[in-house]
Amino acid sequence: MKDEVTSREERIENLKGMGCSRKRVEDARFTQGKGNYVDDIKLDGMLFGDFVRSPYAHAKVVSINTEEAMKVPGVLAVLTAADLAPLGLHWMPTLAGDKQMVLADGKVLFQGQEVAFVVAEDRYAAADGIEAVEVEYEELEVLVDPFKSMGSDVVLREDTVDDAGKPVDGAHGPRKHHNHIFTWEAGDKDPTFEVIDAAEVVAEETMYYHRTHPCPLETCGCVASMDKVNGKLTLWGTFQAPHAIRTVVSLISGIEEHNIRVISPDIGGGFGNKVGAYPGYVCSVVASIVTGKPVKWIEDRMDNLMTTAFARDYWMKGRISATKEGKITGLHCHVTADHGGFDACADPTKFPAGFMNICTGSYDIPTAFLEVDGVYTNKAPGGVSYRCSFRVTEAVYFIERMIEVLAIELSMDAAELRRINFIKKEQFPYTAALGWEYDSGDYHTAWDKALKTVDYAGLRAEQAQRVEDFKAGKTRSLMGVGLSFFTEIVGAGPVKNCDILGLGMFDSCEIRIHPTGSAIARLGTISQGQGHATTFAQILASEIGLPADSITIEEGDTDTAPYGLGTYGSRSTPVAGAATAMAGRKIRAKAQMIAAYLLEVHDDDVEFDVDRFVVKGAPERFKTMKDIAFAAYNQAIPGIEPGLEAVSYYDPPNMTYPFGAYVCVMDIDVDTGTTDIRRFYALDDCGTRINPMVIEGQVHGGLTEALAVALGQEIAYDDMGNVKTGTLMDFFLPTAWEVPNYETDHTVTPSPHHPIGAKGVGESPHVGGVPCFSNAVQDAFRAFGLRHTNMPHDHWRIWKTANELGLHG
Amino acid sequence: MIPAAFEYYRPKDMAGVLSILEEHGDDARVMAGGHSLIPMMKLRMADVGHLIDLQDVEGMSEIDISGNTIRIGAMVTQHDIIDHHALSAAAPILREAALQIADPQVRYMGTVGGNVANGDPGNDMPGLMQCLDATFHLTGPDGEHTVAARDFYEAAYMTAREDDQVLTAVSMPKPAGGHAYEKQKRKIGDYATAAAAALIVKDGFTCASASIAMTNLSDTPVYSEAAGAALVGTSVDDAAVGAAVAAMLGDIDPTEDNRGPIAFKKHVAGVILRRAIERAWSRA
Repeated sequence: MKDEVTSREERIENLKGMGCSRKRVEDARFTQGKGNYVDDIKLDGMLFGDFVRSPYAHAKVVSINTEEAMKVPGVLAVLTAADLAPLGLHWMPTLAGDKQMVLADGKVLFQGQEVAFVVAEDRYAAADGIEAVEVEYEELEVLVDPFKSMGSDVVLREDTVDDAGKPVDGAHGPRKHHNHIFTWEAGDKDPTFEVIDAAEVVAEETMYYHRTHPCPLETCGCVASMDKVNGKLTLWGTFQAPHAIRTVVSLISGIEEHNIRVISPDIGGGFGNKVGAYPGYVCSVVASIVTGKPVKWIEDRMDNLMTTAFARDYWMKGRISATKEGKITGLHCHVTADHGGFDACADPTKFPAGFMNICTGSYDIPTAFLEVDGVYTNKAPGGVSYRCSFRVTEAVYFIERMIEVLAIELSMDAAELRRINFIKKEQFPYTAALGWEYDSGDYHTAWDKALKTVDYAGLRAEQAQRVEDFKAGKTRSLMGVGLSFFTEIVGAGPVKNCDILGLGMFDSCEIRIHPTGSAIARLGTISQGQGHATTFAQILASEIGLPADSITIEEGDTDTAPYGLGTYGSRSTPVAGAATAMAGRKIRAKAQMIAAYLLEVHDDDVEFDVDRFVVKGAPERFKTMKDIAFAAYNQAIPGIEPGLEAVSYYDPPNMTYPFGAYVCVMDIDVDTGTTDIRRFYALDDCGTRINPMVIEGQVHGGLTEALAVALGQEIAYDDMGNVKTGTLMDFFLPTAWEVPNYETDHTVTPSPHHPIGAKGVGESPHVGGVPCFSNAVQDAFRAFGLRHTNMPHDHWRIWKTANELGLHG
Repeated sequence: MIPAAFEYYRPKDMAGVLSILEEHGDDARVMAGGHSLIPMMKLRMADVGHLIDLQDVEGMSEIDISGNTIRIGAMVTQHDIIDHHALSAAAPILREAALQIADPQVRYMGTVGGNVANGDPGNDMPGLMQCLDATFHLTGPDGEHTVAARDFYEAAYMTAREDDQVLTAVSMPKPAGGHAYEKQKRKIGDYATAAAAALIVKDGFTCASASIAMTNLSDTPVYSEAAGAALVGTSVDDAAVGAAVAAMLGDIDPTEDNRGPIAFKKHVAGVILRRAIERAWSRA
């Protein structure tokens, strides 16, 4: 047989399984412009819907006159809240347990809010129709500052008070004020305060993690098509969680779930922006039901930046205590979370502030206390996790800044301070003060490798020289060494902890092996650029011994894919990847019985070897997986059903905890505030590595979005609630020009509870990158007395820092 | 981001352009590369009932260098400027500036004429043309007129061009001496936080003449005669540069925007001008 002359190494190589830098199978279509995105979908008779949006941040809607709009050629309908109210669809639930207006119900709460939905024959007619809708507003006092909102008599949401004007309970308990959404606490308050009050050294800092936006290249959109003959609704959309969308649509529309088919086609980036449900989806569905025709809605860039889910906007106040030697003893964090007009976070139900309670970071901190207050303001709704697990970027930024501030307080080197406080390898599994059980880690090894690679001592010596030269007037440039060590918490998650709107956060994989030895696997997740079709096939190749090139991965169609909670929070590999491995093992278990029958030995006398089962002790006697697949369908085997299929629903026993060590070396022009990133080193430990090339791509992308956020990307408002950064002129989206060269590196500490030991990596570089870039800026000014300055570190803010430190003479 | 309906014209010659302009008055606009006008129309901030595309009008895409004069047709793109070797040799500041405008894709479409005629204070070419003491050639129903670049700009989007005139070319004397176009921006594709164009002629060890203009620091480009004058007759030492910067700061009037507050912009304008002068002087 031909196989006999193939070496075992060659057989492994032929599979293109785990550990191999297999080229992305998606790229052939993407690089040739042959992707199929929502806006590529064109159906017969398809209409186009678009919104009349509020120019005001807070106003009473006195009247809406659609008469002139209906006269615009091509305009077929104009929906307002009054049209949706009889259906109960003028409000919709958010994923955070709050509710949100679909169309303005008597008032608007943020600039750009959806007021009416114009349905027309094409998008040009819709745009003209929008111009012709006359809305009379009565302006109300605008609250863009959460602290002012919490002290204001102005009631933003009438549903937050009873008839007597007293605040009523929200989804997560009592309100402190009518504009207050929730309080969420983790850890032990009194013991933490006692430890901090009695500590030898305490560092305090308040930091604002500014509002920004995931800004995927493809904006949000959908096509809704109601077939009135068979009663089926098909909804194509930019959904990061298609099954969850199907269930939500069913719950709010009353259409039975089997009559709803949700399809996520190719998605041009999500980064958290495409997890939630938006008014455009609801209005498109209603418009399709009303008109009996397919209706498309696609945001433009300004709609996307101004109205769909933002990220961050956390005011974080911290206290960290330590001994004089630098051993951390306690941590307290208070967050004021600005959610805008509606709490439209996409967090698991029990976690209204996400996993902010991972804010003890990578450190062995014995006592900690976290409290988060959510607040309404006149800003766009949201609070999603932008390229991170729920609020983990905020948590890691907080602790990595607090470490730097503590190092200043202690006059200590910040790298050394981290080292002496890391959770030690032998402490894993480690239960943190705020409750999480870290699965595995080896922080010291990663840190030492990082510092050695960048010649940390050499960098500090060079920096000290630069400071001297600056003081002597020889240079106007300062040098910053940015450090960060992060621990992510991803893979939500165990159903016992994590659900969204009651939907448990398991995930799934269903495999069908074809008789000739190829396969299709379907998952409950959906790639938005992560390369699932490439990497999940690699997991399966290693598990079932068929080449990755012979395995099709399909996601995103709820009529065919098994139920799953979708892709965000770096959960695809930890959860669906585990389901894939487990389903693969079911295939293998059946294959083992078939092989044993074919080889005429007992089941226990055959063992799996790369791509075949061999008789133990007689490797020349074997059946390849291809042979077995054929037999499974075409040979009567006593006691075994025909076919070779498996499905696995995986409820992970724990989260996974990827970690990494990053170093950024930056030069700063004190006079212009410009920055030049000379070096960026990123060591990631994501456990078992499935495809090193895909990992590297993920790291580059995540770091670039981290650079964006740290150095300029923000959604800024003026006092009237006008968005100042609604286009890509002012909203910073880095291009190849602004991006430095990244050096990537890794260690491998597998997750002990994950079937293949993988932890997830897509979001790590963002989580670790933001504090690293920010710390580099702040570190450059440490010698001149800077403790902390808020992001984004754009030119003028860096200049302002230098100016306030007296560096401009 | 969908413009209101408009009539689109693509005449073959200037007579055709002028007749449409005459017929529709200020309801008509000519378009060269469209990179300023089309976004304004999409935002429905510019209401243009009749759009006249100049792409097919001949005679506006040439670069002529004869004797001491350079003439650049209005439809010459920024990419053409970068790519034109004789022009780069004759007036290297044009290439240095054009390379700092937007990004390659925009530069393939964006034209010199559109850039100078639109009157957007963010555009780089107007200040550059003032520094070069360029002349703008306008064609209208009364024939050809010329206006000095230094007299052309009245306020943001307000220029000396009448509604029935078309800017067809810019011309300038071949620049002598050292040059520099220095621009600070937030990212590729951005308008300047501050930009400075400098031309300096050296005679022995002293500055014989100097021309300085600034971009995006007022509602028009700013030709700072005083800044140039502060350098003339000096060895362009620290004191002279300081005097030039001080003079320039007296001529600009920046406003606060997302790039930063006024104090920052003034500070950066000074730093940028200092760098432009130093580089121009080193090349003089």
